[in-house]
Amino acid sequence: MKRILEVRGLSKIHGHGCPRCIDSTGPEVDSNICPHCGAVVAAHDISFDLHEGEILGIMGESGSGKSTLVKTLFFDETPTVGEVLFFDGERQWDLFALNAAEQRWLRNHRFGMVYQNPHLGLNFKVSAGGNIAERLLMSDLSHYGEIRERARQLLARTEVLPERMDESPKQFSGGMQQRVQIAKALATQPPLLFLDEVTTGLDLSVQARILDLILEIQQELGTAMIVVTHDLGVIRLLTGRTIVMKYGRVIESGLTDQILEDPQHAYTQRLVASAL
Amino acid sequence: MNPGYELPLDEAAYSFGFLDEYAKREVRRTILKAICIPGYQTPYASREMPMGRGFGTGGLQVTLSLVGPGDTVKVIDQGADDSVNAVNLRKFIELTCPKVDTTEHTRDASLIQSRHRVPEMPLTEAQVLVLQVPYPDPLVVVEPSEARRKVMHGEGDYSRLLTKLYEDIVQFDEITISHRYPTRINGHYVIDPSPIPRYDVPRLHHCPALILLGAGREKKIYAVPPYTRAEPLVFDDVPFRTEDFRDAQGQRRACARCGTRDSFLDELIDDDGNKLWQCSDSDYCNSQLASGQDSTREVAQ
Repeated sequence: MKRILEVRGLSKIHGHGCPRCIDSTGPEVDSNICPHCGAVVAAHDISFDLHEGEILGIMGESGSGKSTLVKTLFFDETPTVGEVLFFDGERQWDLFALNAAEQRWLRNHRFGMVYQNPHLGLNFKVSAGGNIAERLLMSDLSHYGEIRERARQLLARTEVLPERMDESPKQFSGGMQQRVQIAKALATQPPLLFLDEVTTGLDLSVQARILDLILEIQQELGTAMIVVTHDLGVIRLLTGRTIVMKYGRVIESGLTDQILEDPQHAYTQRLVASAL
Repeated sequence: MNPGYELPLDEAAYSFGFLDEYAKREVRRTILKAICIPGYQTPYASREMPMGRGFGTGGLQVTLSLVGPGDTVKVIDQGADDSVNAVNLRKFIELTCPKVDTTEHTRDASLIQSRHRVPEMPLTEAQVLVLQVPYPDPLVVVEPSEARRKVMHGEGDYSRLLTKLYEDIVQFDEITISHRYPTRINGHYVIDPSPIPRYDVPRLHHCPALILLGAGREKKIYAVPPYTRAEPLVFDDVPFRTEDFRDAQGQRRACARCGTRDSFLDELIDDDGNKLWQCSDSDYCNSQLASGQDSTREVAQ
């Protein structure tokens, strides 16, 4: 299998930080706030690989740094240290060595992001179709008829009624807003998609249909995905491999089956046990 | 303006062109930078002028920094030489710039300050057009933060502006921007070409004259240098349309005063409540009228 993403030693510290930050935070001390300088170690020394068409799960409680990790990869935040390589066909990109315009280009053309809160991913001042048009326009498509046709297809694919494409997402239900977000993320057919708590807050039947949709897309397009969630059901259903995070550190990683059936770390054991 | 009032020129309290030399030098330097980076909104220290911001102070500062003895200045307001704004600015220039001529004829002018119109008569290489701008940034409708707008301009990221056009076509089947149509200069920066109507936007494209746009309140100067590309933002399959002034029968309306059919028309309502259309450019209307009378006289002879 071909690698698509290589993350090495990624760290994000909010605040100035001091030499003792790393030693005095983490799961062992049950905190990610440095007692000496007050800096927050949101993520430290995260390393993993992602292969083409693979779905990787990142699991952990609130504040464990899983969203920070994904936001960093999508250039929403800048890391303190670390290196990330993105392999795109023949090309290889060192994500944090790029300038702002190149980062924006990658973000618009090759990455997709679905946020937990649709307000982050969608512009509620324009219609659902307009949201998808925006993403297509960002990737340099400027033919009105073509944009419209592509938006209609994408919304049909994500099971949003095409008749409602000219309505504002404000008038949509939460599940439909997530579908529009997924359609928007898929507009440029990115090889890499980030899903940040996409089903959190939706009712169970809607959750199931969105998860189905995500799986179908992965089968159809072979999109690699990083799924961030604290829901074990989502992890079990979608992912092949999983990383468990706590207080900004990776405490366990491996095949999803293995982690769920035979968790090694005390925290993972508690997590799996409590899910029943 | 009080006709008895004169600026105390003798006491050397005011230099030529009202602005002091340092202010003029700064504006000139800004203009040079604006010309070097076509379409880039160059910040400058907009001075207080003896009139409210929004009355053309940006354009006036550009004009006063450029004007010198031997220049002929024309001031227009929505095409007309005789409206309040134009008359007052012209009087101010006459008062503060001795030995500078003013004119109402586009052909005779070397420096034209205009509010919201490009003159009908084609401009020449020897002329400079100064446009007064109320809102210089076209991105302000989609992004409230100026810091982020600067990044968007720098990266040439105008997708959100195009999204607005997309929404317009979806809702109304056409782009509804009547004036201030976002226009891309030299393939990169998109400018707000002051509130000129769409009709005037194609005249910016490869215009032989230097076009300077000054925003006094927003403290920005930008330029469309001579023979520079100025392309309105459009979709590949939706062509840019200008006002065509057709009536219900599809006939191009003529000016009620001079009869020409190739100018930008203003809609007026006369005392009886009838609609009339008349040239917005008063100098052009007068010259058409004069040449029409000449030709009728020739016919009579």
